[in-house]
Amino acid sequence: MFIATNGGQSRIKPSVVTDEALRKPYETEERITSKTQIDFLVLKKLRQLGIEPSRICSDEVFVRRAYLDVTGTLPTIVESREFPEERSPNKRRELIENLLESEAFSNYWSLHFCDLLRVKAEYPVDLWPNATQAYERWIRTAIRANMPYDQFARQLLTSSGSNFRTPQVNFYRAIPGRNPIDIAKTVALIFMGTRAEKWPSALLQRMSTFFSQVGYKSTMEWKEEIVLRDPTKLAPRDQTCLFPDGKAITLPPEQDPRTIFADWLVSPHNPWFARAAVNRIWYWLLGRGIVNEPDDIRPDNPASNPELLSYLEREFVSSRFDLKHIFRLILQSTTYQLASIPRSIDPKAAANFASYPIRRLEAEVLLDAINDITGTNEVYVSYTPEPYTWVPTDQRTVQLADGSITSAFLEMFGRPSRDSSLSIERTNEVSTDQRLHLLNSSHINGKILYGPGLNALTPSGKKPENIITDIYLRILSRTPTEDEMKIGLEYSSPKNSDPKSAAMDIAWALINSAEFLYRH
Amino acid sequence: MGRRRDDRGQLTRRELVKYGAYGAAGMLFCADEASAQTAAPAQAPPKPKAKSVIQIWMWGGPCHIDTFDPKPKSGAAYSGPYVTPASTNVDGMQVCQMLPLLAKQADKYSLIRSMTHGDYGHETAAYVVQTGHTGGDGQVYPGLGSIVSLIKGYNGGYKGLIPPYVVLTQLQGRFSESGFLGNRASPFATGGDPNGGRFVVEGITTDGITELRQRNRRDLLQRLNSLEHAMKGDSAMLALGKCETNSYDLMLGDAGKVFDLSQEKDAVREGYGRNTFGQSCLAARRLVEQGVPYVTINYPGWDTHKEHFQAMQNLLPQLDKGLSTLLIELSERGLLDTTIVWCSGEFGRTPLVAMEEPWNGGRHHWGPVFANLIAGGGFKGGHVLGATGPRGEEVTDRPVHPSDLIHSVFTLMGIDPDATLPHPQGLSLPAAPPRPKNIQTAGPIVELI
Repeated sequence: MFIATNGGQSRIKPSVVTDEALRKPYETEERITSKTQIDFLVLKKLRQLGIEPSRICSDEVFVRRAYLDVTGTLPTIVESREFPEERSPNKRRELIENLLESEAFSNYWSLHFCDLLRVKAEYPVDLWPNATQAYERWIRTAIRANMPYDQFARQLLTSSGSNFRTPQVNFYRAIPGRNPIDIAKTVALIFMGTRAEKWPSALLQRMSTFFSQVGYKSTMEWKEEIVLRDPTKLAPRDQTCLFPDGKAITLPPEQDPRTIFADWLVSPHNPWFARAAVNRIWYWLLGRGIVNEPDDIRPDNPASNPELLSYLEREFVSSRFDLKHIFRLILQSTTYQLASIPRSIDPKAAANFASYPIRRLEAEVLLDAINDITGTNEVYVSYTPEPYTWVPTDQRTVQLADGSITSAFLEMFGRPSRDSSLSIERTNEVSTDQRLHLLNSSHINGKILYGPGLNALTPSGKKPENIITDIYLRILSRTPTEDEMKIGLEYSSPKNSDPKSAAMDIAWALINSAEFLYRH
Repeated sequence: MGRRRDDRGQLTRRELVKYGAYGAAGMLFCADEASAQTAAPAQAPPKPKAKSVIQIWMWGGPCHIDTFDPKPKSGAAYSGPYVTPASTNVDGMQVCQMLPLLAKQADKYSLIRSMTHGDYGHETAAYVVQTGHTGGDGQVYPGLGSIVSLIKGYNGGYKGLIPPYVVLTQLQGRFSESGFLGNRASPFATGGDPNGGRFVVEGITTDGITELRQRNRRDLLQRLNSLEHAMKGDSAMLALGKCETNSYDLMLGDAGKVFDLSQEKDAVREGYGRNTFGQSCLAARRLVEQGVPYVTINYPGWDTHKEHFQAMQNLLPQLDKGLSTLLIELSERGLLDTTIVWCSGEFGRTPLVAMEEPWNGGRHHWGPVFANLIAGGGFKGGHVLGATGPRGEEVTDRPVHPSDLIHSVFTLMGIDPDATLPHPQGLSLPAAPPRPKNIQTAGPIVELI
C-alpha cells in the first residue's frame, strides 16, 4: 500500500485563512459557552492558552455527525431535510437521546468493543467461527442493555465455562500466548489503558500471578473449549501477588484469584479503571484521547486537560459505570458540537479540543454508507476456518462478528487486525489505492450506476434541481449551496450530457468528496 | 472480494487429517540426521543483485511428489500414475513427468526438496512459510513480501506509481500479509482476470466510463469539493489531494498500462498459457520490468483432498507452461539475474494416496516435507538441495526451514537481517526470523548462492 500521509490530527498551515463564505454550510455564528461542565473545563483551558475555538457547527453538520458518531449510519433524506427546519430548542439533545436508544447504537459500538476484545475467528488466535459469533453476540447484547461497565469487565475477567455457552470466556482464548504474563498485559491494556511491558518486570510478574490458574480444556464437541480455574497450576509458595498499584496480597487458596483481581480493578477507588474507560470514549468520539494515545496512560504521558479527565472519571463512578451516561455528557457538550474548520493555528489547539477533528470514516462505516446510498450490499463468505461462515446479505458490515473475514475493501481501508487491542491498529489514513478504488473501481462504479438507491432518486422527468437536492441530502446530509446548485445544473444541462449520466456523475463526485469521506 | 475458492471438502476434514496424520509424521529431526551436509566454505558474501521477487504461491499445498520430488520407485500407492519422471537438461535432476517444459529449463532454477516445518493447518503453515516465524510469542510478523516492499519500496528508492507490492489477483485472506506493519505494508490486489478479454485492475483500469467522462468527472469533483476548499491547507486534505493526483496519473497516464496485456504479441500470450495463472506470470514479468520490488501470484487450487490426480491433470500443465515461459522470458530480457522467482505452497501432501471413499485418490496435508523451486536473483540454477526418503515422507538430508530460505532471500536482496522493523508498540524486532526452536535445520541455503 502506498500512503501519502500520517493521517493523524488535522493541522492548519499558518498562512491559510479560510474564506468566511466557504465556512457557511458548516458552522453557525454561535460561539462555545460554558453550558456544561465539559465546556467549562475545555474553555477554561483554551482561554489559558489563548486559543480561539471554532464556532458551533451547523444543524446540517450536526445531524450527520450525530448519526455517524452514535450509530455509524447516515441520516435519511427526510431526517437531513427536516432537522435544520425543526424549531425545538432542545432538538440536538432529543436527537442524541433517540440515537443512543437505537439498535444501531449497539450494533456500531459493539464493533469498537470487538476491536478491543480481539473478536475474530482465526490467526494468530483461534477463537473459531462459532465462538466468534457467540462472543460478538454477548458483547452486542451487553451494550444494548447498557450493562454497567464494572459488570462487563468482571464477567469477562472471572467467567468459567464453554466458549459457546459462556461466550465471555473467549476473553481468555483471544490472547495468543495464553500464559499469565500475556494475560496480565492484555488486561492492563484493555481495562487500565496502560502498557504493562513498560512496568518494572517484577510488578508484571507478580500481577500475572492473578491469572496463573487460568486453564483450558477441550471437550468432545468440535471446537468447543472450556476455560476454567485450575488450582493445580500454582504452587502454594508462589501465591503472593502484587496489584498494579504495588499493594501485595497472599491468595486465599479457596478463591479464584481472578475474582480478587477483578474486585480490585472495578473498585470505585481504583484510579485506573474509570480513567481508561472515559478516556477511551472521549478518544472514540473526539478522535484524540485526553491522554493520548488512549491506551498509553502513564505518569510521563500526562492528560492535556487533567480536570476534564477527572471530572469524567467522577461522573463514571457516580453513575455506577454507566457508559451511555459518558456518551451523553460528551455528545451534549458544545465542545463536541464545534465545527471542524479551525479558528486557530496554534499547534496546541488539537490537543485541547478547539475544534471537532475531521477523520476519515472507518472502513466498515464507509462501506455501509455507500451501500445504503446505492441500495446495494456486500457478500461475505468464508470457507476457512470451518465451519463455513455465510453472512446474510442484509447484514451490515459493522455487524460482522469475525474481524478476519476476507474483504479486500476492508483491508484497504484500514480495518484493524484485532491482534493487539491497540487503538492504532485501526488506521484511517488515506492512500492511493483507496482513492483509486473509490474513483474508478467497478465495485463502486457499479453500485452507483446500477444499484437501485441512486436510480430511485433520479427518475426521468424529475426536475434537475430536485434531483440535485435529493442527491445532496442523501450523500452529504444537506442541501446544496447556490454555487453548488449552479455547477450541478450546468453539468446537467442537456447540451452537456444526458440527465441520468449527469445525475450519476454528481453522485459519484459527492461520494468522492472530502465531505463524504470524512467525519466533520 | 478475495474469497477462498477451493476449500469445500467435508466439514471435519481438516481436523481428521490433522489428528490422523500426526502419529506417522515424525515431525522433528534428530540433530545427527539433520547435519548431513555441511555448509559451503566461508567466503566473502556476494554483492547483492536481486531487485525484485516473484512469489508463486500455490495455495492449498501442492504435492511435492507430483511436482519437484518425484518418487517413481514408490509405486502407484504413492505416485499414482506419475511413475516415469521427466529428465531435465541438467544431469541427474528429475521433475514430475507432467512438467516437460520446465524440465528443459532446469539450468535456470534449483529445487529444494527438504523444506520442512511440521505444520498441518493452512493458515498457520501459510504464516510459517511466508514469515519464517513459528508463532506463539504473541506477535504477528509480516510476510516476506511486506518486508521487502517496505525496505525496497518507496523507502528504498523505488519511485514507480505502481504500488511496490502487487498481488495477482486476490489477497490470500485470513493470513494478514503485513502483520504488525499494518496496512502501510499491505499489498495491492489487482482483482480482475488477466486472462479476461481485458485485465480490469480495480481502480486502475476504467471499465465502462469513457476517458472524456472520466475527465469531466474529475473536473466536477474538483469544483464540488466544498469541504476540501474550506479546509484548504489542512494536512489530511493535502494528503487526500496527493493520493488523488497519483490516482489520476495511474488511471489516465502511462504507468497503469503495465496491466494492459494486449500490448503483448499473441504468441507471447499463448506461450504463457491462456489461463489466469499463465497470464498472471506475464503480468508479473511486466511488473518487474517496471521495477516493482515484490509481486505475488496467488495461485489457488492445490488443496486436493479428493480426486487429486484429476486436478493435477489440469493444474500441472498450466504451471509447466506459465512458469517455464516466465523463466525463459526473464532470462532473455536479462531480468533473471535481478529477479528471484520463488515457488511454494504452505506444505506438502500425504505421500500415501488416500484411495478410499470419500477421497477417491486424494492427498491430505503434509507438514514434514514440501518442495520449493527457486530461481534467479543470484540463486544458482541446476541444483537439487536436500532429499527425502524413498516415499517422500520425511527429510533425510539437509532440512531447510522457511526461515532459512527467507534469510537467503534477504542476503541476495541486500536486506540487513537485523534491520529493525517499525512496530506499533515500539518493540525492536529484527527483519529476519530467528532459527526455529523445535526443528533442526542446516541453516540458510548458502549452497545455492
